[in-house]
Amino acid sequence: MIRAAAAAWLALLVAAPLLVVLAIAFAVPDAGLPPFRLPTSMAENESWQVLTEDGFYLAALGRSLLVAGATAAICVALAYPMSLGILRAAPRRRPMLLALALLPMAVGFVLRMAAWSGLLRDSGPLNQLLMALGAEAPWRLLYSDTGLMLGMVHSYLAFALLPLYAAMAGRDRAPEEAAADLGARPWTVFRTVTLPASAGAAGAAFLLVFIPAAGEFVIPDILGAPDRLLVGRAIWQEFSATRDWPLAAAASVALLLALLPPLLWWQRLR
Amino acid sequence: MTRWVLAAGLAFLWAPILLMAVFAFSDSRQPFVWGGFSFRWFVALVQNERLLGATALSLAVAAGAATLAALAGGALGWVLARHGAFRGRAVFAILAAAPLVLPEVVTGLALLLLFVALERLTGWPDGRGVATLLLAHASLGAAFVAVVVQGRLAGMGQALEEAAADLGASPGVVFRTVTWPLLAPSLAAGWGLAFLLSFDDVVLAGFTSGPGATTLPMLLFSQLRMGPTPEAHALAVVFLAAAGVGLSLWGWFRRR
Repeated sequence: MIRAAAAAWLALLVAAPLLVVLAIAFAVPDAGLPPFRLPTSMAENESWQVLTEDGFYLAALGRSLLVAGATAAICVALAYPMSLGILRAAPRRRPMLLALALLPMAVGFVLRMAAWSGLLRDSGPLNQLLMALGAEAPWRLLYSDTGLMLGMVHSYLAFALLPLYAAMAGRDRAPEEAAADLGARPWTVFRTVTLPASAGAAGAAFLLVFIPAAGEFVIPDILGAPDRLLVGRAIWQEFSATRDWPLAAAASVALLLALLPPLLWWQRLR
Repeated sequence: MTRWVLAAGLAFLWAPILLMAVFAFSDSRQPFVWGGFSFRWFVALVQNERLLGATALSLAVAAGAATLAALAGGALGWVLARHGAFRGRAVFAILAAAPLVLPEVVTGLALLLLFVALERLTGWPDGRGVATLLLAHASLGAAFVAVVVQGRLAGMGQALEEAAADLGASPGVVFRTVTWPLLAPSLAAGWGLAFLLSFDDVVLAGFTSGPGATTLPMLLFSQLRMGPTPEAHALAVVFLAAAGVGLSLWGWFRRR
């Protein structure tokens, strides 16, 4: 009974939507509500042609994967030593440090992006500081790749930190102590014991950032360069502004296809 | 070394938050410009009726979506932890976990297109609004509740329940006196997680909500596109204070 109900929930709210996206990806845009209709022949659908022949969308997809990869790499590179730092603190201080790392999330995603947008603008405090230090003109921080990456890392760092910390905290530290007792230097202990034991958790943390970040569109919209289109933003624009829903669906399917290898890898690591 | 990275990471996470908190009390119309001490942005906040209305809607949607997510996610977690290797378990597990990582722009568009297709076939839902938003947030939240509940069930094992059954308790009594008290905290944690996810979401809402149902993040996002305002700083202080109070209450309950 409970299994049937749970399966029905997944079928209706997870499987069905994905299948509908796949179906609409082959529909034809149409004036009216909803703004698409079923094609009379396969040749009528142009979305896939537009996606593959127009380098615009492929470039957006490639750039999105690049930005997501860089974000995930920076997040793991930061979260890994941060987790170790929390673990090496006195046990009674650990919950406080973890809460300190997660509490900024409480301010809310949009407000944190609002803060960055205010801080990075040409007349903002960061540029005033740079000018005081001798910069001749304000640096282009807002609407640039710098702004985009600052916002991405700020939003996604916790997604890497939580699973890494949980995996490391749940593991026995005896092997490290044994290695140290046997005379291994701290760096050798880290390289030969800690790192191999936590490589799986680091991989999972990387994917936990990479996969959702590949479709991000709010952060690029607020902080990124307007001429550097990312696939998440392309999907949103086709949906809301251009109202070409079949093209938006086709771009979503393309993004999912690109994310299939990391998705399968993540399933294996879980 | 790790201590310095931890300090630097925390400084990076907190710098924009602390600057917002300071400049929330500035009299200037520009964000992050000091114009003397003032409470004007907090006053503006409580007088902003659109913002208060959006906040009320967001709180209601988050509570409803979290409750639905706790029910559905509880069932998902139970099946994953307690139903062994049934046929189709692999697909079940993948579908249960998919919303955890799938880009929100994809799930948002997918849910919207599902609702549109459903409306065509059955006449329901009649346009986009609170109902579609509630379902979208519940489907995301349920995936997170399922992880928490499954982890709890796997962690607590079945020894206590078997002991109670061996001592003659009926299945109903075992569930009420052993399983439920052990499981309830994880359901509550999952409910809280689903609530926060819903309250903070702007992407799923952008796709699945309608003109009459603008949530707080949607309103803030549309205002931010016109440029940041100091009113947002004041709101950030309110959120931070609420989180601080929530965290202290939680710590207080845990110690008792």
